[in-house]
Amino acid sequence: MAEASAEDLKQTPLYERHVVAGGRIVPFGGYALPVQYPTGIMAEHKWTREQAGLFDVSHMGPSFLMLNNPSGEAEADHKAIAAIIEPLICGDIANLKPGQIRYSLLLNQDGGAIDDLMVARSPITPGGLYIVVNAGTKDNDFALIEAAAGDKATLIRADGDYALLALQGPEAVNVMASEIPEATDLGFMNYGAFSWGKDKVFVARSGYTGEDGFEILVNRHEAVALWDALLADTRVKPIGLGARDSLRLEAGLPLYGHDLDSTVSPIEADLGFAVSKRRREAGDFPGAARILAEREGKLSRKRVGLLVEGAPAREGAEILDASGTAIGVVTSGGFAPSLGKAIALGFVPPDHTAIGTKLQVSVRGRAQPAEVVPTPFVPHRYFRKSA
Amino acid sequence: MTTKFTPDHEYIRVDGSTGIVGITNYAQEQLGDIVFVELPSVGKVLKKGDEAAVVESVKAASEIYAPVSGEVVEVNSLLTNEPGLVNSDPENGGWMFKIAIKDAGEIDTLLDADGYAELTL
Repeated sequence: MAEASAEDLKQTPLYERHVVAGGRIVPFGGYALPVQYPTGIMAEHKWTREQAGLFDVSHMGPSFLMLNNPSGEAEADHKAIAAIIEPLICGDIANLKPGQIRYSLLLNQDGGAIDDLMVARSPITPGGLYIVVNAGTKDNDFALIEAAAGDKATLIRADGDYALLALQGPEAVNVMASEIPEATDLGFMNYGAFSWGKDKVFVARSGYTGEDGFEILVNRHEAVALWDALLADTRVKPIGLGARDSLRLEAGLPLYGHDLDSTVSPIEADLGFAVSKRRREAGDFPGAARILAEREGKLSRKRVGLLVEGAPAREGAEILDASGTAIGVVTSGGFAPSLGKAIALGFVPPDHTAIGTKLQVSVRGRAQPAEVVPTPFVPHRYFRKSA
Repeated sequence: MTTKFTPDHEYIRVDGSTGIVGITNYAQEQLGDIVFVELPSVGKVLKKGDEAAVVESVKAASEIYAPVSGEVVEVNSLLTNEPGLVNSDPENGGWMFKIAIKDAGEIDTLLDADGYAELTL
């Protein structure tokens, strides 16, 4: 990432809180954000896995896409707004239930990922979607969505006017029970609007750590009060970007710009679940020809998880087969605090993706053993309601 | 015994013709939790400024350079299983390698404690 000078960096509504808490501020996606607090990445990571971590993710791109002339008939209005976003992505939005969130990908005409994102059906407003995209890609994403919306719908950016907080970990639900109790009734990948303070907050049961947790969109004027209220609970500690990255890596979740880019398809990235059945059968999404062929096995690379012996293999490290021939590259790699071992995500040809395949990674010119293992590296602990 | 420092945050504790090399407390604070240390092999001949070791934090790898020229005569193999010693005790238990100093004159070009302290204010 290009280093921006301090003056160019945007600050989130919680910036002062990070500074006061001793956060080490770094540039990230154009924002000044804490990479860690004084206890360090390892302690923050483990705290999130055992208790509850609070993250400032206000750099992300939350937004609302609203139908301009709703008929008032909820299902018809939802179908109309779904028809605007669906041509850009591979997910089935038309069949979402009110409040349901779907992970999807914005695709180019070649089936490569422009971004990965969350799209949710409003539980309140017919013809409304809640969409959250990545920080580094948000301006381009929003421009694409606005172009698709034309005069039929309006995109309202919530970044800037709102802060986005993530509360993650096994104790998150118990913390929420005292702060926003109604939100604890949400199942994984659902969201709702709840009152907190003078305002409404939007709470999603989702996250980027593999743990149960919540992502809370709050008006910027209430953000510090909510941050402080959550941190007043002794089960909650603030967590920086460093642990956010090690947590998502252990959870096997891809990071756009690293494990995903404009050349990588959902099938290559092992995100086939995000290509919804209805869309697959209709073949009506960008790059469908390539993606459907890849689904039938015609692909040259696939994302795998690697357990690495020895030094961590970082992004860019070559992946070698057992005989030492270069076959792929690491796209994310580091140390997994929960496992005490190095792990990596990377791309290799399909005939090297079987679990248990012995490979090698090249670190500083030396080959180290690596084995293909299932992802997530650390089991997800999402809260799924029995239907 | 005198201890000297490089602007890259290595220290060398000089004991006769041998130097004990590691990273300073300031450096370990900056790096954060050390999860892996790659040490040089004993017998390796280093020139001043050569990459001698690598320390890996959760986030990144950082090179450790030889503060002076010489031959590696011993490494702290405890760090293989306990890399966190670099964080908890950087200037004693967290030392990395011992070097047979080739040219004592190079020691004089390094920073003394006051000079290094000024650098890290």
